[in-house]
Amino acid sequence: MAMTLAQKILQMHTDEEVREPGQIVECSLSGVLANDITGPLAIKSFRAMGAKKVFDKDKVFLVMDHYTPQKDIASANQVIVSRRFAAEMGITHYYEGGCAGVEHALLPEKGLVKPGDLVIGADSHTCTYGGIGAFSTGLGSTDIACGMVLGRLWFKVPATIRVNIEGSMPRWIRGKDLILRLIGEIGVDGALYRALEFGGSALKDVDIEGRLCMANMAIEAGGKCGLFPSDDMTAAYCRAHGTPDPMALAADEGAEYERVVTMDVTDMEPVVACPHLPENTRPVSELSDIRVDQVVIGSCTNGRISDMRDAAEILRGRKVAKGVRCIVIPATPAVWRQAMDEGLFEVFSDAGCVISTPTCGPCLGGYMGVLGDGERCISTSNRNFRGRMGSLESELYLASPCVAAASAVTGAITGPDAL
Amino acid sequence: MSFSGKVHKVGAHIDTDAIIPARFLVTTDTAKLGEACMEGLEPGWVKRVHKGDIIVADRNFGCGSSREHAPLAIIGAGIRAVVAHSFARIFYRNAFNMGLMLLEVGDEVNKINDGDTLEISPEQGLIRDLDNGAEIRIPALSPMMQTLIDKGGMVNYVKEQLRLRGE
Repeated sequence: MAMTLAQKILQMHTDEEVREPGQIVECSLSGVLANDITGPLAIKSFRAMGAKKVFDKDKVFLVMDHYTPQKDIASANQVIVSRRFAAEMGITHYYEGGCAGVEHALLPEKGLVKPGDLVIGADSHTCTYGGIGAFSTGLGSTDIACGMVLGRLWFKVPATIRVNIEGSMPRWIRGKDLILRLIGEIGVDGALYRALEFGGSALKDVDIEGRLCMANMAIEAGGKCGLFPSDDMTAAYCRAHGTPDPMALAADEGAEYERVVTMDVTDMEPVVACPHLPENTRPVSELSDIRVDQVVIGSCTNGRISDMRDAAEILRGRKVAKGVRCIVIPATPAVWRQAMDEGLFEVFSDAGCVISTPTCGPCLGGYMGVLGDGERCISTSNRNFRGRMGSLESELYLASPCVAAASAVTGAITGPDAL
Repeated sequence: MSFSGKVHKVGAHIDTDAIIPARFLVTTDTAKLGEACMEGLEPGWVKRVHKGDIIVADRNFGCGSSREHAPLAIIGAGIRAVVAHSFARIFYRNAFNMGLMLLEVGDEVNKINDGDTLEISPEQGLIRDLDNGAEIRIPALSPMMQTLIDKGGMVNYVKEQLRLRGE
């Protein structure tokens, strides 16, 4: 049978024959992830299950990233639960403090996920690893506890929506613009229960960090995962990040798709998602009268080194507009260090940005940039639900680091070309 | 076994930040989470709920984050079941794992009015609006969902698996 990427990867992890969408198969897991918010609940379920050990101490990843460094007593107490559990179980990959970064940037960077893997995480943006050809999906804490104990879990074989990206990429178009445009076209439930699979002739112009960003937002269309093939670019990335012999992966010729969406990117301009859903997308040039109080550049969507470079390219020799807070958050300690070594912090500091240590912080209205009543923010994160970054009366716009940085300079939503 | 409760209708794409905003995620206690149920939709929303009530929602209920605190907050608020046009997939799994019943009914959800009393009979595959007389047929649960319900949720399912392995 000709298989989609989703079918192919599930087949590598089960003895049952993977056939049509809707079929339920039990699969073995390559990795199981939880963070400081979802970990304690998974651990509670783990104990209730009567389990004494995890299925593999090298394949359970615990990343304390959402409120790191711990923002208050309650969040500090939650981290204690995970820290003690990690020590008790002898978990190899426990990350806290100066070792912790935003989980979905950290795991690929450390080579803990590779093409062909099947990974579950108690975080909806676990789908990020589809960017390097891994089937990864977000689940709740009790499913994660089951995965931690048994190393196996049931999956429904998803139908696949194929997305072909064609044409040539304009200078300021990034993966973020492509995924926002797709969500605008198919809607926030356009891929509900389904896999997204990306292909097309322009894929060669989307680098691995751009692909990770796109896969990250598959969930914002309701998708189970967002899968990219594992090609030469993937292999080069994986080799540079601790996987010496990554598997090449592509969908079979003749695989069955529920739907095919084609996006020609040739004349595209940057895309912005307006409040209060990621599907409310508009070309950036239509929003130039929207003023902002805050700009956030970071997150599991856009906190990688290419994002820092993009922001610095725009901000070099310019100033953040008066009255605007521009918060830059490198997603991991390695990105932070690289940005410093490349002199990007000098650029950000000269421009008047706040430079944070790695954290999820403001993306979910946690801390380090929470919005007050009536405030407006443009952010490179992935979700702009009402109240996501703070007050129910605040407004959140989503965009690429290029657009976010340009907006910081003018104090209103701005594309890089308009500077 | 059928049960009935008062309907609280909500709109489309009710996300997990609406169901339980992140600032309340510093506990795993069901009752405490229940006190903040739907706080991101409307402050004080939960005050209208009595034990056994039912949420009725439009499309894509529970979209957004994987936080299991969302079904827990709904259970903690005393809600017995959620009927919706459709559910987001992570929320769907989480709810069954936690023992919250979800019923997906598509466009028929429009037959139900806010404030009415709903009677749900899962075995007969029937939902009735006792105030306007509307009836909605619901399909049987998938075998995997049925297994989870029969075992009393994911925790008991894994317990049994461990017992079978002799651990």
